[in-house]
Amino acid sequence: MSPPAAPGSAAIKDATAIAGIAQTEFAKRLDPSEAELACSVIVAACEDAGIDPSEVDALCSYTMEATEEVEIARNIGCGEITFFSQIGYGGGAGCGVVGHAAMAVATGQAEVAVAWRSRKRGSGPRPWTSTSVQLKVPGAWTRPFGMLRPVDEIAMLTRRYMHEYGATRDHLCNVATAVRSHANRNPAALMFEKTMSRDDYMAARWVSEPLCLFDNCLETDGALACVVVSAERARDLRQPPVYIHSFAQGLPPEHQTMVNFFNDDPLIGPAWACARRLWANSDFRPEDVDVAQIYDAFTPLVLLSLEGYGFCKRGEAPGFTENANLEWGKGQLPVNTSGGGLSEAYVHGFNLINEGVRQLRGTSTAQVEGAETCLVTAGEGVPTSALLLRR
Amino acid sequence: MTNAAAFSGGGVSDLGPSREGFLLPAFDEEAGEFWDGANEGELRVQACASCGRLRHPPRPMCPICHSTDRTWKAMSGRGTIWSYVVPHPPLLTPYSELAPYNVIVVELEEEPNIRFVGNLVTGPEGSIDEIDPHSIEIGEPVQVVFKRFERADGSEEHLPFWIRSKA
Repeated sequence: MSPPAAPGSAAIKDATAIAGIAQTEFAKRLDPSEAELACSVIVAACEDAGIDPSEVDALCSYTMEATEEVEIARNIGCGEITFFSQIGYGGGAGCGVVGHAAMAVATGQAEVAVAWRSRKRGSGPRPWTSTSVQLKVPGAWTRPFGMLRPVDEIAMLTRRYMHEYGATRDHLCNVATAVRSHANRNPAALMFEKTMSRDDYMAARWVSEPLCLFDNCLETDGALACVVVSAERARDLRQPPVYIHSFAQGLPPEHQTMVNFFNDDPLIGPAWACARRLWANSDFRPEDVDVAQIYDAFTPLVLLSLEGYGFCKRGEAPGFTENANLEWGKGQLPVNTSGGGLSEAYVHGFNLINEGVRQLRGTSTAQVEGAETCLVTAGEGVPTSALLLRR
Repeated sequence: MTNAAAFSGGGVSDLGPSREGFLLPAFDEEAGEFWDGANEGELRVQACASCGRLRHPPRPMCPICHSTDRTWKAMSGRGTIWSYVVPHPPLLTPYSELAPYNVIVVELEEEPNIRFVGNLVTGPEGSIDEIDPHSIEIGEPVQVVFKRFERADGSEEHLPFWIRSKA
Protein backbone atom coordinates (compact mmCIF):
# COMPACT_ATOMS: atom_id res chain seq x y z
CA MET A 1 0.00 0.00 0.00
CA SER A 2 1.13 3.54 -0.68
CA PRO A 3 1.45 5.82 2.33
CA PRO A 4 -1.81 7.50 3.38
CA ALA A 5 -2.30 11.03 2.11
CA ALA A 6 -1.38 13.69 4.63
CA PRO A 7 -4.08 16.20 5.55
CA GLY A 8 -4.24 19.03 3.05
CA SER A 9 -2.07 17.31 0.48
CA ALA A 10 -2.95 17.05 -3.17
CA ALA A 11 -5.48 14.41 -4.15
CA ILE A 12 -3.11 12.92 -6.69
CA LYS A 13 -0.27 12.29 -4.22
CA ASP A 14 0.90 8.70 -4.80
CA ALA A 15 -2.53 7.89 -6.25
CA THR A 16 -1.10 6.90 -9.63
CA ALA A 17 2.04 5.34 -11.01
CA ILE A 18 3.95 5.12 -14.23
CA ALA A 19 3.61 1.46 -15.16
CA GLY A 20 5.13 1.39 -18.63
CA ILE A 21 7.67 3.32 -20.65
CA ALA A 22 9.08 3.01 -24.15
CA GLN A 23 11.22 4.89 -26.60
CA THR A 24 12.22 4.51 -30.22
CA GLU A 25 15.77 4.62 -31.41
CA PHE A 26 17.17 8.16 -31.32
CA ALA A 27 18.82 9.41 -34.50
CA LYS A 28 19.47 12.47 -36.62
CA ARG A 29 17.07 10.88 -39.09
CA LEU A 30 14.49 8.12 -38.69
CA ASP A 31 12.55 6.94 -41.72
CA PRO A 32 9.06 6.33 -40.23
CA SER A 33 6.64 9.24 -39.97
CA GLU A 34 6.00 10.98 -36.65
CA ALA A 35 2.59 9.27 -36.58
CA GLU A 36 4.10 5.82 -37.08
CA LEU A 37 6.74 6.47 -34.43
CA ALA A 38 4.07 7.70 -32.01
CA CYS A 39 1.83 4.67 -32.48
CA SER A 40 4.71 2.22 -32.27
CA VAL A 41 6.10 3.72 -29.10
CA ILE A 42 2.72 3.86 -27.37
CA VAL A 43 2.08 0.19 -28.13
CA ALA A 44 5.56 -0.59 -26.81
CA ALA A 45 4.90 1.32 -23.59
CA CYS A 46 1.67 -0.66 -23.11
CA GLU A 47 3.62 -3.86 -23.70
CA ASP A 48 6.18 -2.76 -21.10
CA ALA A 49 3.33 -2.30 -18.62
CA GLY A 50 1.57 -5.50 -19.61
CA ILE A 51 -1.60 -3.68 -20.65
CA ASP A 52 -3.38 -4.17 -23.96
CA PRO A 53 -3.60 -0.91 -25.98
CA SER A 54 -7.35 -1.45 -26.31
CA GLU A 55 -7.57 -0.55 -22.61
CA VAL A 56 -6.13 2.94 -23.12
CA ASP A 57 -8.86 5.46 -22.36
CA ALA A 58 -6.90 8.70 -21.88
CA LEU A 59 -4.45 10.41 -24.23
CA CYS A 60 -2.26 13.35 -23.21
CA SER A 61 0.32 15.18 -25.26
CA TYR A 62 1.76 18.51 -26.34
CA THR A 63 -0.04 21.10 -28.48
CA MET A 64 3.05 20.86 -30.69
CA GLU A 65 2.48 17.13 -31.16
CA ALA A 66 1.56 16.62 -34.81
CA THR A 67 -0.31 13.34 -34.36
CA GLU A 68 -3.74 13.99 -32.87
CA GLU A 69 -5.67 11.81 -30.47
CA VAL A 70 -8.05 10.54 -33.13
CA GLU A 71 -5.14 9.24 -35.17
CA ILE A 72 -3.52 7.55 -32.19
CA ALA A 73 -6.80 6.01 -31.05
CA ARG A 74 -7.77 4.48 -34.39
CA ASN A 75 -4.24 3.20 -35.00
CA ILE A 76 -3.54 1.52 -31.69
CA GLY A 77 -7.09 0.19 -31.40
CA CYS A 78 -8.44 2.09 -28.44
CA GLY A 79 -11.99 1.56 -27.29
CA GLU A 80 -13.73 4.57 -25.84
CA ILE A 81 -11.45 7.45 -24.91
CA THR A 82 -12.89 9.48 -22.04
CA PHE A 83 -10.09 11.96 -21.37
CA PHE A 84 -7.76 13.79 -23.74
CA SER A 85 -5.71 16.92 -23.28
CA GLN A 86 -2.85 18.85 -24.78
CA ILE A 87 -0.47 21.28 -23.11
CA GLY A 88 1.22 24.20 -24.80
CA TYR A 89 4.61 25.89 -24.66
CA GLY A 90 6.80 23.25 -26.26
CA GLY A 91 9.30 21.83 -23.83
CA GLY A 92 7.42 23.29 -20.88
CA ALA A 93 4.68 20.72 -21.43
CA GLY A 94 6.58 17.48 -20.82
CA CYS A 95 5.91 16.76 -17.16
CA GLY A 96 2.54 18.42 -17.54
CA VAL A 97 1.23 15.82 -19.96
CA VAL A 98 2.16 13.07 -17.50
CA GLY A 99 0.64 15.12 -14.69
CA HIS A 100 -2.62 15.52 -16.59
CA ALA A 101 -2.63 11.77 -17.23
CA ALA A 102 -2.18 11.23 -13.50
CA MET A 103 -4.98 13.63 -12.63
CA ALA A 104 -7.30 11.94 -15.10
CA VAL A 105 -6.68 8.55 -13.50
CA ALA A 106 -6.70 9.85 -9.92
CA THR A 107 -10.03 11.60 -10.42
CA GLY A 108 -11.71 8.67 -12.11
CA GLN A 109 -11.96 10.20 -15.57
CA ALA A 110 -9.97 7.34 -17.05
CA GLU A 111 -8.18 4.15 -16.06
CA VAL A 112 -5.27 3.77 -18.46
CA ALA A 113 -3.68 7.03 -19.57
CA VAL A 114 -0.94 7.40 -22.14
CA ALA A 115 1.35 10.42 -22.47
CA TRP A 116 3.67 10.69 -25.44
CA ARG A 117 5.82 12.85 -27.70
CA SER A 118 6.94 12.00 -31.22
CA ARG A 119 9.11 14.47 -33.05
CA LYS A 120 11.37 14.51 -36.05
CA ARG A 121 13.33 17.57 -35.00
CA GLY A 122 16.57 16.03 -36.27
CA SER A 123 15.57 15.66 -39.91
CA GLY A 124 12.71 18.17 -39.89
CA PRO A 125 12.84 21.97 -40.10
CA ARG A 126 14.07 24.23 -37.33
CA PRO A 127 10.93 26.01 -36.07
CA TRP A 128 12.67 29.39 -35.90
CA THR A 129 13.14 29.43 -39.67
CA SER A 130 9.38 29.87 -40.13
CA THR A 131 8.99 33.64 -40.15
CA SER A 132 5.19 33.51 -40.29
CA VAL A 133 5.20 31.81 -36.91
CA GLN A 134 7.96 34.03 -35.57
CA LEU A 135 6.38 37.40 -36.03
CA LYS A 136 3.40 36.92 -33.79
CA VAL A 137 3.51 38.68 -30.44
CA PRO A 138 5.89 38.69 -28.66
CA GLY A 139 8.08 37.93 -31.70
CA ALA A 140 7.23 41.27 -33.25
CA TRP A 141 9.18 42.89 -30.42
CA THR A 142 12.26 40.70 -30.79
CA ARG A 143 12.69 39.00 -34.19
CA PRO A 144 13.16 42.07 -36.38
CA PHE A 145 16.29 42.85 -34.35
CA GLY A 146 17.91 39.55 -35.19
CA MET A 147 16.87 37.73 -32.03
CA LEU A 148 15.73 34.87 -34.19
CA ARG A 149 16.25 31.63 -32.30
CA PRO A 150 15.52 30.15 -28.89
CA VAL A 151 19.27 30.14 -28.21
CA ASP A 152 19.42 33.92 -28.68
CA GLU A 153 16.58 34.40 -26.22
CA ILE A 154 18.12 32.19 -23.55
CA ALA A 155 21.58 33.67 -24.16
CA MET A 156 20.12 37.08 -23.27
CA LEU A 157 18.97 35.81 -19.88
CA THR A 158 22.28 33.99 -19.45
CA ARG A 159 24.38 37.11 -20.01
CA ARG A 160 22.34 38.96 -17.39
CA TYR A 161 22.60 36.00 -15.02
CA MET A 162 26.39 35.98 -15.42
CA HIS A 163 26.49 39.72 -14.79
CA GLU A 164 24.41 39.53 -11.63
CA TYR A 165 25.95 36.45 -10.03
CA GLY A 166 29.45 36.14 -11.43
CA ALA A 167 28.71 32.92 -13.27
CA THR A 168 31.21 32.03 -15.99
CA ARG A 169 31.43 29.68 -18.96
CA ASP A 170 33.15 27.24 -16.63
CA HIS A 171 29.85 26.77 -14.82
CA LEU A 172 27.96 26.14 -18.05
CA CYS A 173 30.72 23.70 -18.97
CA ASN A 174 30.20 21.90 -15.66
CA VAL A 175 26.67 21.14 -16.80
CA ALA A 176 27.63 20.13 -20.34
CA THR A 177 30.44 17.80 -19.32
CA ALA A 178 28.48 16.19 -16.47
CA VAL A 179 25.58 15.38 -18.76
CA ARG A 180 27.93 14.16 -21.49
CA SER A 181 29.68 11.82 -19.09
CA HIS A 182 26.30 10.25 -18.37
CA ALA A 183 25.55 9.86 -22.09
CA ASN A 184 28.87 8.08 -22.40
CA ARG A 185 27.41 5.32 -20.21
CA ASN A 186 24.13 5.06 -22.14
CA PRO A 187 24.22 3.09 -25.43
CA ALA A 188 20.89 4.65 -26.47
CA ALA A 189 22.36 8.16 -26.29
CA LEU A 190 23.33 9.90 -29.50
CA MET A 191 26.58 11.01 -27.85
CA PHE A 192 27.34 7.58 -26.32
CA GLU A 193 30.70 7.29 -28.06
CA LYS A 194 31.68 10.98 -28.03
CA THR A 195 33.43 12.21 -24.93
CA MET A 196 33.74 15.91 -24.12
CA SER A 197 36.55 17.56 -22.19
CA ARG A 198 36.64 21.07 -20.78
CA ASP A 199 38.99 21.99 -23.61
CA ASP A 200 36.53 20.59 -26.16
CA TYR A 201 33.80 22.74 -24.65
CA MET A 202 35.89 25.91 -24.59
CA ALA A 203 37.01 25.38 -28.20
CA ALA A 204 33.49 24.90 -29.57
CA ARG A 205 32.13 27.48 -31.99
CA TRP A 206 29.80 30.20 -30.80
CA VAL A 207 26.10 29.97 -31.56
CA SER A 208 24.94 33.01 -29.60
CA GLU A 209 27.51 34.50 -27.26
CA PRO A 210 27.78 33.74 -24.38
CA LEU A 211 26.47 30.30 -25.48
CA CYS A 212 28.51 27.92 -27.64
CA LEU A 213 27.56 24.80 -29.57
CA PHE A 214 27.82 22.56 -26.49
CA ASP A 215 25.43 24.74 -24.52
CA ASN A 216 22.76 23.67 -27.01
CA CYS A 217 20.75 20.47 -27.04
CA LEU A 218 20.81 17.94 -29.84
CA GLU A 219 18.48 17.87 -32.84
CA THR A 220 16.85 14.47 -32.78
CA ASP A 221 14.27 12.22 -34.42
CA GLY A 222 12.57 10.04 -31.85
CA ALA A 223 9.46 9.24 -29.84
CA LEU A 224 8.72 8.28 -26.24
CA ALA A 225 5.66 7.31 -24.25
CA CYS A 226 4.59 6.30 -20.78
CA VAL A 227 1.51 4.63 -19.31
CA VAL A 228 -0.16 5.89 -16.13
CA VAL A 229 -2.56 3.77 -14.07
CA SER A 230 -3.81 3.79 -10.49
CA ALA A 231 -1.23 2.93 -7.85
CA GLU A 232 -3.32 -0.05 -6.89
CA ARG A 233 -3.35 -1.49 -10.39
CA ALA A 234 0.32 -0.70 -10.95
CA ARG A 235 1.28 -2.98 -8.07
CA ASP A 236 -0.20 -5.95 -9.97
CA LEU A 237 1.55 -5.20 -13.26
CA ARG A 238 4.75 -6.35 -14.89
CA GLN A 239 7.06 -3.53 -13.79
CA PRO A 240 7.82 -2.09 -10.36
CA PRO A 241 5.51 0.91 -9.95
CA VAL A 242 7.01 4.38 -10.06
CA TYR A 243 4.60 6.59 -8.12
CA ILE A 244 3.72 10.11 -9.18
CA HIS A 245 4.17 11.71 -5.79
CA SER A 246 3.73 15.34 -6.74
CA PHE A 247 3.00 17.30 -9.89
CA ALA A 248 2.80 20.99 -10.72
CA GLN A 249 2.65 23.44 -13.55
CA GLY A 250 3.98 26.98 -13.35
CA LEU A 251 3.23 30.25 -15.11
CA PRO A 252 4.44 33.28 -13.14
CA PRO A 253 3.04 36.84 -13.21
CA GLU A 254 3.47 38.86 -16.40
CA HIS A 255 5.50 36.13 -18.04
CA GLN A 256 6.40 36.09 -21.71
CA THR A 257 7.36 32.72 -23.11
CA MET A 258 11.09 32.50 -23.97
CA VAL A 259 11.53 36.29 -23.88
CA ASN A 260 10.82 36.93 -20.23
CA PHE A 261 12.29 40.42 -20.30
CA PHE A 262 9.07 42.28 -19.64
CA ASN A 263 8.49 41.94 -15.90
CA ASP A 264 9.99 42.97 -12.58
CA ASP A 265 12.49 40.16 -12.24
CA PRO A 266 13.22 38.21 -15.45
CA LEU A 267 15.59 35.76 -13.74
CA ILE A 268 12.73 34.45 -11.60
CA GLY A 269 11.23 32.17 -14.21
CA PRO A 270 8.37 29.68 -14.29
CA ALA A 271 10.39 27.09 -12.34
CA TRP A 272 9.90 29.13 -9.17
CA ALA A 273 6.10 29.15 -9.46
CA CYS A 274 6.06 25.47 -10.40
CA ALA A 275 8.36 24.54 -7.51
CA ARG A 276 6.23 26.25 -4.88
CA ARG A 277 3.23 24.08 -5.78
CA LEU A 278 5.32 20.96 -6.31
CA TRP A 279 6.91 21.11 -2.86
CA ALA A 280 3.71 22.28 -1.15
CA ASN A 281 2.04 19.08 -2.35
CA SER A 282 4.98 16.85 -1.49
CA ASP A 283 6.16 14.99 1.59
CA PHE A 284 9.73 15.54 0.40
CA ARG A 285 12.05 18.53 0.26
CA PRO A 286 14.75 19.33 -2.28
CA GLU A 287 17.39 17.79 0.01
CA ASP A 288 15.47 14.48 -0.15
CA VAL A 289 15.87 14.21 -3.93
CA ASP A 290 18.30 11.43 -4.86
CA VAL A 291 18.61 12.17 -8.56
CA ALA A 292 17.20 14.83 -10.91
CA GLN A 293 16.35 15.07 -14.59
CA ILE A 294 16.41 18.79 -15.35
CA TYR A 295 15.28 20.14 -18.70
CA ASP A 296 18.40 21.06 -20.62
CA ALA A 297 17.61 22.48 -24.03
CA PHE A 298 20.39 24.90 -23.03
CA THR A 299 22.93 24.52 -20.21
CA PRO A 300 21.90 27.74 -18.37
CA LEU A 301 18.38 26.35 -17.91
CA VAL A 302 19.90 23.83 -15.50
CA LEU A 303 21.41 26.63 -13.40
CA LEU A 304 18.13 28.56 -13.35
CA SER A 305 16.21 25.38 -12.47
CA LEU A 306 18.56 24.37 -9.64
CA GLU A 307 17.69 27.69 -8.02
CA GLY A 308 14.00 27.64 -8.94
CA TYR A 309 13.45 24.15 -7.51
CA GLY A 310 15.29 25.04 -4.33
CA PHE A 311 18.48 22.96 -4.50
CA CYS A 312 20.38 26.14 -3.72
CA LYS A 313 19.62 29.80 -3.14
CA ARG A 314 19.30 32.39 -5.85
CA GLY A 315 22.65 33.06 -7.49
CA GLU A 316 24.25 29.99 -5.92
CA ALA A 317 23.76 27.56 -8.80
CA PRO A 318 27.17 28.28 -10.34
CA GLY A 319 28.86 27.13 -7.14
CA PHE A 320 26.47 24.20 -6.86
CA THR A 321 27.82 22.82 -10.18
CA GLU A 322 31.42 22.80 -8.93
CA ASN A 323 33.44 19.78 -7.78
CA ALA A 324 31.52 17.50 -10.16
CA ASN A 325 28.45 17.95 -7.98
CA LEU A 326 26.10 17.08 -10.87
CA GLU A 327 28.02 13.95 -11.89
CA TRP A 328 26.99 10.39 -11.24
CA GLY A 329 29.23 8.63 -8.74
CA LYS A 330 30.85 11.89 -7.67
CA GLY A 331 28.35 14.55 -6.78
CA GLN A 332 25.53 15.22 -4.40
CA LEU A 333 22.88 15.59 -7.13
CA PRO A 334 23.44 13.60 -10.33
CA VAL A 335 21.45 15.27 -13.12
CA ASN A 336 20.28 13.98 -16.49
CA THR A 337 21.69 10.56 -15.93
CA SER A 338 20.84 9.27 -19.41
CA GLY A 339 22.49 12.24 -21.11
CA GLY A 340 19.50 14.59 -21.20
CA GLY A 341 18.62 16.80 -24.10
CA LEU A 342 22.23 17.89 -24.43
CA SER A 343 23.71 14.46 -25.06
CA GLU A 344 21.07 11.68 -25.22
CA ALA A 345 18.25 13.05 -27.37
CA TYR A 346 16.13 16.17 -27.60
CA VAL A 347 12.48 15.12 -27.78
CA HIS A 348 11.00 18.04 -25.84
CA GLY A 349 12.24 16.57 -22.59
CA PHE A 350 10.29 13.30 -22.64
CA ASN A 351 13.50 11.28 -22.36
CA LEU A 352 14.00 12.91 -18.94
CA ILE A 353 10.69 11.39 -17.79
CA ASN A 354 11.59 7.90 -18.94
CA GLU A 355 15.02 8.16 -17.34
CA GLY A 356 13.38 9.21 -14.08
CA VAL A 357 11.34 6.01 -14.24
CA ARG A 358 14.42 3.89 -14.96
CA GLN A 359 16.24 5.38 -11.96
CA LEU A 360 13.40 4.31 -9.67
CA ARG A 361 13.17 0.88 -11.28
CA GLY A 362 16.91 0.55 -10.75
CA THR A 363 17.68 0.12 -14.45
CA SER A 364 19.52 3.30 -15.43
CA THR A 365 22.92 3.04 -17.09
CA ALA A 366 24.05 5.59 -14.51
CA GLN A 367 22.07 4.10 -11.65
CA VAL A 368 22.08 6.07 -8.43
CA GLU A 369 22.31 3.36 -5.82
CA GLY A 370 19.16 3.06 -3.76
CA ALA A 371 17.45 6.00 -5.46
CA GLU A 372 14.03 6.54 -3.87
CA THR A 373 13.06 9.90 -5.34
CA CYS A 374 13.62 11.63 -8.67
CA LEU A 375 12.69 15.16 -9.68
CA VAL A 376 11.87 15.60 -13.37
CA THR A 377 11.42 19.10 -14.76
CA ALA A 378 10.20 20.55 -18.03
CA GLY A 379 11.49 23.60 -19.84
CA GLU A 380 12.47 26.68 -17.84
CA GLY A 381 11.91 30.00 -19.57
CA VAL A 382 8.46 28.92 -20.75
CA PRO A 383 5.28 28.00 -18.85
CA THR A 384 6.52 24.80 -17.30
CA SER A 385 5.80 21.68 -15.26
CA ALA A 386 7.52 19.17 -13.00
CA LEU A 387 7.03 15.73 -11.48
CA LEU A 388 8.37 14.31 -8.27
CA LEU A 389 8.57 10.55 -8.73
CA ARG A 390 9.17 8.00 -5.98
CA ARG A 391 9.33 4.26 -5.79
CA MET B 1 0.84 52.78 -45.99
CA THR B 2 -0.25 53.71 -42.51
CA ASN B 3 -0.47 51.22 -39.74
CA ALA B 4 -4.14 52.02 -39.32
CA ALA B 5 -4.77 50.46 -42.72
CA ALA B 6 -2.98 47.32 -41.65
CA PHE B 7 -5.24 46.98 -38.65
CA SER B 8 -8.52 47.31 -40.47
CA GLY B 9 -9.19 43.60 -40.24
CA GLY B 10 -8.16 43.37 -36.60
CA GLY B 11 -5.86 40.67 -35.25
CA VAL B 12 -2.35 40.30 -36.56
CA SER B 13 -1.16 41.40 -39.96
CA ASP B 14 2.21 40.52 -41.52
CA LEU B 15 3.01 42.89 -44.35
CA GLY B 16 6.28 41.18 -45.19
CA PRO B 17 9.97 41.89 -44.72
CA SER B 18 12.04 44.87 -45.81
CA ARG B 19 13.56 45.01 -49.31
CA GLU B 20 16.79 43.65 -47.81
CA GLY B 21 14.93 40.80 -46.14
CA PHE B 22 14.96 42.09 -42.57
CA LEU B 23 11.94 40.91 -40.62
CA LEU B 24 9.49 43.66 -39.81
CA PRO B 25 6.91 43.42 -37.04
CA ALA B 26 3.62 41.70 -37.73
CA PHE B 27 1.27 44.33 -36.40
CA ASP B 28 -1.34 43.45 -33.87
CA GLU B 29 -4.22 45.82 -33.29
CA GLU B 30 -3.08 46.46 -29.74
CA ALA B 31 0.29 47.92 -30.77
CA GLY B 32 -0.71 50.39 -33.49
CA GLU B 33 0.11 53.49 -31.46
CA PHE B 34 3.59 52.22 -30.80
CA TRP B 35 4.44 51.84 -34.47
CA ASP B 36 2.71 55.07 -35.41
CA GLY B 37 4.90 56.72 -32.77
CA ALA B 38 8.00 55.08 -34.19
CA ASN B 39 7.14 56.43 -37.63
CA GLU B 40 6.81 59.87 -36.03
CA GLY B 41 10.11 59.59 -34.13
CA GLU B 42 8.59 59.10 -30.69
CA LEU B 43 9.00 56.14 -28.34
CA ARG B 44 5.55 55.49 -26.88
CA VAL B 45 4.65 53.01 -24.17
CA GLN B 46 1.14 51.84 -23.41
CA ALA B 47 -0.25 52.94 -20.04
CA CYS B 48 -3.39 52.22 -18.10
CA ALA B 49 -5.69 55.22 -18.48
CA SER B 50 -7.15 54.49 -15.07
CA CYS B 51 -4.18 53.89 -12.73
CA GLY B 52 -1.39 55.11 -14.99
CA ARG B 53 0.75 51.98 -14.86
CA LEU B 54 3.04 51.54 -17.86
CA ARG B 55 3.02 48.15 -19.56
CA HIS B 56 4.86 46.48 -22.42
CA PRO B 57 4.19 44.64 -24.69
CA PRO B 58 0.80 46.32 -25.12
CA ARG B 59 -2.33 44.42 -24.13
CA PRO B 60 -6.04 45.03 -23.53
CA MET B 61 -6.21 45.00 -19.73
CA CYS B 62 -4.27 46.47 -16.83
CA PRO B 63 -3.22 43.52 -14.66
CA ILE B 64 -3.35 45.72 -11.54
CA CYS B 65 -6.70 47.57 -11.76
CA HIS B 66 -8.38 45.62 -14.61
CA SER B 67 -9.25 48.71 -16.55
CA THR B 68 -9.44 48.29 -20.31
CA ASP B 69 -9.04 52.03 -20.82
CA ARG B 70 -5.62 52.50 -22.30
CA THR B 71 -3.49 55.36 -23.39
CA TRP B 72 0.04 55.97 -24.64
CA LYS B 73 2.82 57.97 -23.03
CA ALA B 74 5.83 59.42 -24.80
CA MET B 75 9.12 58.32 -23.27
CA SER B 76 12.40 60.22 -23.20
CA GLY B 77 14.00 57.44 -25.23
CA ARG B 78 16.82 57.18 -22.70
CA GLY B 79 17.75 53.91 -21.09
CA THR B 80 20.52 51.53 -20.13
CA ILE B 81 21.66 48.20 -21.54
CA TRP B 82 20.25 45.36 -19.42
CA SER B 83 21.85 42.50 -21.35
CA TYR B 84 23.14 41.65 -24.83
CA VAL B 85 23.96 38.70 -27.05
CA VAL B 86 26.10 38.13 -30.12
CA PRO B 87 24.41 35.75 -32.57
CA HIS B 88 26.47 33.64 -34.95
CA PRO B 89 25.18 31.50 -37.85
CA PRO B 90 23.07 29.57 -38.65
CA LEU B 91 20.67 32.49 -38.98
CA LEU B 92 18.18 33.75 -41.52
CA THR B 93 19.40 35.80 -44.46
CA PRO B 94 20.23 38.72 -44.33
CA TYR B 95 21.08 38.49 -40.62
CA SER B 96 23.55 35.69 -41.29
CA GLU B 97 25.53 37.96 -43.63
CA LEU B 98 25.95 40.51 -40.83
CA ALA B 99 26.82 38.04 -38.06
CA PRO B 100 28.31 38.33 -35.58
CA TYR B 101 26.16 41.31 -34.64
CA ASN B 102 24.68 42.59 -31.39
CA VAL B 103 21.20 42.32 -29.93
CA ILE B 104 20.57 44.29 -26.76
CA VAL B 105 17.82 44.61 -24.17
CA VAL B 106 17.34 48.17 -22.94
CA GLU B 107 15.55 49.20 -19.78
CA LEU B 108 13.96 52.63 -19.87
CA GLU B 109 14.99 55.53 -17.69
CA GLU B 110 11.37 56.29 -16.70
CA GLU B 111 10.55 52.70 -15.68
CA PRO B 112 13.35 50.10 -15.61
CA ASN B 113 10.83 47.25 -15.80
CA ILE B 114 9.83 48.40 -19.29
CA ARG B 115 12.38 46.81 -21.58
CA PHE B 116 12.91 46.79 -25.33
CA VAL B 117 14.86 44.39 -27.50
CA GLY B 118 16.92 46.21 -30.12
CA ASN B 119 20.35 46.75 -31.62
CA LEU B 120 23.18 49.12 -30.72
CA VAL B 121 24.21 51.19 -33.74
CA THR B 122 26.03 54.49 -34.38
CA GLY B 123 23.05 56.32 -35.84
CA PRO B 124 19.67 55.92 -37.56
CA GLU B 125 21.37 54.67 -40.73
CA GLY B 126 23.55 52.25 -38.80
CA SER B 127 23.97 48.53 -39.35
CA ILE B 128 23.68 45.96 -36.59
CA ASP B 129 27.23 44.74 -37.18
CA GLU B 130 29.06 48.08 -37.07
CA ILE B 131 29.86 48.19 -33.34
CA ASP B 132 32.36 45.73 -31.89
CA PRO B 133 29.99 43.63 -29.77
CA HIS B 134 32.73 42.99 -27.25
CA SER B 135 32.88 46.70 -26.47
CA ILE B 136 29.30 46.60 -25.16
CA GLU B 137 28.78 46.75 -21.41
CA ILE B 138 25.73 46.07 -19.30
CA GLY B 139 24.64 49.35 -17.73
CA GLU B 140 25.78 51.54 -20.65
CA PRO B 141 23.46 54.52 -21.24
CA VAL B 142 21.73 54.55 -24.62
CA GLN B 143 19.29 56.72 -26.55
CA VAL B 144 16.63 55.60 -29.02
CA VAL B 145 16.82 56.41 -32.74
CA PHE B 146 14.38 55.26 -35.39
CA LYS B 147 15.66 53.39 -38.41
CA ARG B 148 13.66 53.43 -41.64
CA PHE B 149 12.88 50.20 -43.48
CA GLU B 150 11.09 49.91 -46.81
CA ARG B 151 9.10 46.94 -48.05
CA ALA B 152 9.03 45.70 -51.62
CA ASP B 153 5.65 47.44 -52.09
CA GLY B 154 7.15 50.77 -51.12
CA SER B 155 5.52 50.95 -47.70
CA GLU B 156 7.86 51.91 -44.88
CA GLU B 157 8.27 51.33 -41.20
CA HIS B 158 10.54 52.78 -38.54
CA LEU B 159 11.96 50.52 -35.86
CA PRO B 160 13.55 51.62 -32.57
CA PHE B 161 17.33 51.22 -32.56
CA TRP B 162 19.75 52.50 -29.95
CA ILE B 163 22.87 54.64 -29.93
CA ARG B 164 25.36 55.22 -27.15
CA SER B 165 24.57 58.38 -25.19
CA LYS B 166 26.91 60.58 -23.19
CA ALA B 167 24.25 61.39 -20.61
